[in-house]
Amino acid sequence: MMGMLLEGFAVSLQLFALTLVGAIPLGVPVALMRQSTWGFSVGRVRVRPLALIARFYISVMRGTPLMLQMFAIYFAPYYVFGIKLTPESKWQACVVAFIINYAAYFAEIYRSGMQSIPRGQYEAAEVLGYSRAQTFFKIVLPQVVKRILPAMGNEVITLVKDTSLAFSIGVAEMFSTAKALVASQVSMVPFAIAAALYWVFNFVVEIVLGRVEKRLDYYHD
Amino acid sequence: MASKQVQTEKPGTQEPVVLIEGARKSFGSVEVLKGVSLAVRPGETVAVIGPSGGGKSTLLRCATMLETLDGGTLAYGDTVVARDEGGRSVYSSKDVQARARQRFGLVFQNYNLFPHYTVMKNITDAPICVQKRPRADVEREARDLIAKMGLAGCEEKVPCQLSGGQQQRVSIARALAMHPDVMYFDEPTSALDPELTAEVLKVIKLLAAEDMTMVIVTHEMGFAREVADRVVFLDGGSVVEEGPAEQVIDHPREERTRAFLRRIAE
Ligand SMILES: Nc1ncnc2c1ncn2[C@@H]1O[C@H](COP(=O)(O)OP(=O)(O)OP(=O)(O)O)[C@@H](O)[C@H]1O
Ligand SMILES: [Mg+2]
Repeated sequence: MMGMLLEGFAVSLQLFALTLVGAIPLGVPVALMRQSTWGFSVGRVRVRPLALIARFYISVMRGTPLMLQMFAIYFAPYYVFGIKLTPESKWQACVVAFIINYAAYFAEIYRSGMQSIPRGQYEAAEVLGYSRAQTFFKIVLPQVVKRILPAMGNEVITLVKDTSLAFSIGVAEMFSTAKALVASQVSMVPFAIAAALYWVFNFVVEIVLGRVEKRLDYYHD
Repeated sequence: MASKQVQTEKPGTQEPVVLIEGARKSFGSVEVLKGVSLAVRPGETVAVIGPSGGGKSTLLRCATMLETLDGGTLAYGDTVVARDEGGRSVYSSKDVQARARQRFGLVFQNYNLFPHYTVMKNITDAPICVQKRPRADVEREARDLIAKMGLAGCEEKVPCQLSGGQQQRVSIARALAMHPDVMYFDEPTSALDPELTAEVLKVIKLLAAEDMTMVIVTHEMGFAREVADRVVFLDGGSVVEEGPAEQVIDHPREERTRAFLRRIAE
């Protein structure tokens, strides 16, 4: 039983890691698009196409259940392009859905972080002749990272638990395995073990986050 | 003071370090600068005084290219940032602007140090990463600047560990490390209590004695009188009066200047 649960746990862990690896960087362009001022004027109304697209994307991702997004992404290739679904499709759809869903949440966190950096930081950098890229990577980003860490921590912990949603599309992660074991063994123990594993995992996440926060604690502003 | 001699020996013979002519700037429908001209010669210290909202900060922000002029000319030596064409400022290419940006330093009222960098890195990062100067030279020079600013021992501290007066002196060192031709100060002491103010004014006086070219926006009249070769009184977006410090501050000709100085003395 433990072996099966750990196998499920490995799947959850993979989903967790792939989501972070995909969503953390993907959130950056979304946040930058959301903030972009590029656009044109129609009469007195300013139209910012990139910002609008990003807003719409974020709104849909946050406004609909992740479970439905998984199904949408799972079935879209078949209904839209007539591509045949394979056993691998469920897993792929699940990973893609998690990444684009979490990227939307991360983008909003990045945006609030970037907006909290005082104008004076950009102005000081500009007067000193830093390029836009240098200003972003050397001056703004490190300060943003420190400021958004608590909010990101919340999302990461939520993500650990959200991996159990993959069960709904039929990915054999830990929760699905536990549910199957509960049914076959007529015992609640698999659920208890699964709960303990989720909690231990999050405990580790908390420790790691605490370490990072401590490392960035050498200054405050 | 040495800087005054420079001026009296060869009046008007030297090319200005910075030349602003007929500067105009509006925010929406409010005209904040209504044709301000200012030329600063090498070694000269100019104090800009005037009531709140008079356009002092806007003038410095236009001079440092944080704001763009609507009309008028801006030039650093032979580097013309913006020239006036039919009442509108036409800016030069980004390259020219970048070159001009190397000619000045700006000290903000609230320092705007980079909080995640040590004192040393705040001072050395731009010379190394922007000006591409050799790290060893820059660091050696930074150590001298730190000592000169009275900050010895603070090299590895971060700004939040320093007093406001120390932070402002770091920001002065940060600007100086870029080897500017002219330094701008926008009310460098107005966020500080009197004791800390004195420390900062002391280093600015030191720079004046070394013939650093400076434009200082200040409400400290005693300091302006002492350090400035010339005082410019800016009110309502125009230069109302300018002249030698003693004259403008002690014997103002214009009624508006007198009224302002009376109010500030209270
Ligand atoms: N970005 C801006 N947008 C709109 N109005 C502005 C902006 N910056 C300045 N102003 C306005 O321009 C006028 C002049 O402002 P400025 O900051 O240059 O005055 P100041 O002489 O520096 O005053 P103080 O002594 O209070 O610093 C003020 O009325 C101010 O409200
Ligand atoms: Mg001001």
